Amino acid sequence: MKLMDEHGLSQFQYEKEDFNLKLKKGTDIEEIQKLIASVPSGGGQVAAPVPVAAPAVASAPDGGAPESPSGEAISSPMVGTFYRRPSPDEPDFVNVGDTISEGQTLCIIEAMKVMNEIKAERSGTIIQICVDDGTPVQFGDDLFRVQ
Amino acid sequence: MFKRVLVANRGEIALRIIRACRELGVESVAVYSEADIDSMHVQLADDSVCIGPGPSKESYLKPDRIIAAAEITGADSIHPGYGFLSENARFAEICESCNITFIGPSAEVIRTMGDKNTARATATANGVPVTPGSDGIVADAVEGLKVAKEVGFPVMIKATAGGGGRGMRPAMSEDEFKSQFQAASKEAEACFNNGDCYIEKLVLEPHHIEFQVLADDHGNYFHLGERDCSMQRRNQKIIEECPSPLISHEMRERMGEASVRLIESISYRNAGTIEYLVNADATDFYFMEMNTRIQVEHPVTEEVMGCELIKEQIRIASGEPVSSHVLGVEPRGHSIECRINAEDPYNNFTPSPGTIDLWYAPGGKGVRVDSHVYSGYTVPPHYDSMIAKLIVTASSREVAIARMKRALSEFTIRGIKTTIPFQQEIIDHPDFIAGKYDIAWVAKYLNEKKGE
Repeated sequence: MKLMDEHGLSQFQYEKEDFNLKLKKGTDIEEIQKLIASVPSGGGQVAAPVPVAAPAVASAPDGGAPESPSGEAISSPMVGTFYRRPSPDEPDFVNVGDTISEGQTLCIIEAMKVMNEIKAERSGTIIQICVDDGTPVQFGDDLFRVQ
Repeated sequence: MFKRVLVANRGEIALRIIRACRELGVESVAVYSEADIDSMHVQLADDSVCIGPGPSKESYLKPDRIIAAAEITGADSIHPGYGFLSENARFAEICESCNITFIGPSAEVIRTMGDKNTARATATANGVPVTPGSDGIVADAVEGLKVAKEVGFPVMIKATAGGGGRGMRPAMSEDEFKSQFQAASKEAEACFNNGDCYIEKLVLEPHHIEFQVLADDHGNYFHLGERDCSMQRRNQKIIEECPSPLISHEMRERMGEASVRLIESISYRNAGTIEYLVNADATDFYFMEMNTRIQVEHPVTEEVMGCELIKEQIRIASGEPVSSHVLGVEPRGHSIECRINAEDPYNNFTPSPGTIDLWYAPGGKGVRVDSHVYSGYTVPPHYDSMIAKLIVTASSREVAIARMKRALSEFTIRGIKTTIPFQQEIIDHPDFIAGKYDIAWVAKYLNEKKGE
């Protein structure tokens, strides 16, 4: 738990390993059983599909979700590689504790050789950076937590 | 051979492709929308990437996100499945420019054959018969009417950019031509961003017979026989079979030759299907269109011809020749497929998404179920309603029908409505048993039932 508090980096390291090399945590049977055990098997009534409330993170570690710090998540609107700075020899766009304003560039997500600047939709304070520099992200992955 | 194939699709076909990859020793990457996080194909792929929220336009139809997913997972190839981006020339082009192999023909060929009107012209240029019709796009309803009068009513007004049965309207007489033309054009504009239409003579009570073709980089161009897909409701296929109970051996030869001639002329690559209309007497055939991708109903060909089409697609795309046992293969037996949809057939086929709390699929000799569904799975509302394909194969058509009857009666899907009871009615019907049905059959049957 103490590790989780350090900017969520350790949690992310674990996620990164899972995500980059999702070379089957278990056998097919294990994967299938886990999936079937996790879905509802209702009492035969036609249920409307439950909308996914939280962004999907396929690579969440098995040991249960960490205590999420307060604040709102800024999630990735695209698929690509996350960079914290405009180029290797420039400073990070933002750090934990920074105040950000609407329209401010927070990070770059690179895809197909295009560097896309991800901008803040509202002002606030960065309380957590959820992704390591240079890591692939998918749609919906948490990038920052903002108060 | 590829190292890692990204599957740019969902549902049963994504699972099908991943299974083929597994058997070939190739890694697979699944891309999925948030609504598909519990889909079986996501669990069985070697890696997976979420590419957007439920609606297809924001996920499965986003070329940039799919390519980005290929980049971050190191995929060297993409299998587009059917539907979605599988016949999108632009997407194939982007793959090519990013050095990712698109498993299918080239962007140029997709573009040529994807334009229905150009495809028609290509067929004509190669001595493949087409239904009489306009010489290309008609500028407007006035010009269209002129052509229709020349060709003779009834006619079909078809969008050149159309597909999947959309953007087409029949006009039985002069009176309704203008309104039907406008309706077809509007639908085409809305669905495909292109309202251009051409006119074809409407073949009454036709049969839809399509030929499976394959072509590789080693000079092999051949066909794998036909599929009869005449059992349709509103231009959507619901039952398919191989071989066709209708056409003669001689007709099969003629149609097969025409199909091979056509793909040779455009230097086609990979798998494709050429769709024909055959008249009621089965004396004439007319080229309708070509699908430059794998078809939903490919399993019936696989079963009768003893081949694996998805694997051949992957082999061809990676530069290998078609498997030697597939060249010169002879058909054996008969295969029938039912597309099981999450729809209520007794309530106008209203879609029936929801949670399936009990799923028991049939088994036994000659029974194959291609499906991503399992007990507890929730069918999302965003996509087409097909949840499974039930394919039976037997030594004869008679036994195949008995087998399909048995398999349908065992198939238990509790929690949603499905088309199974309706397909049971069709399989049991004397017309189907006699092999005497055409594209208009289902509409007629439903009308008769309403009248009762």
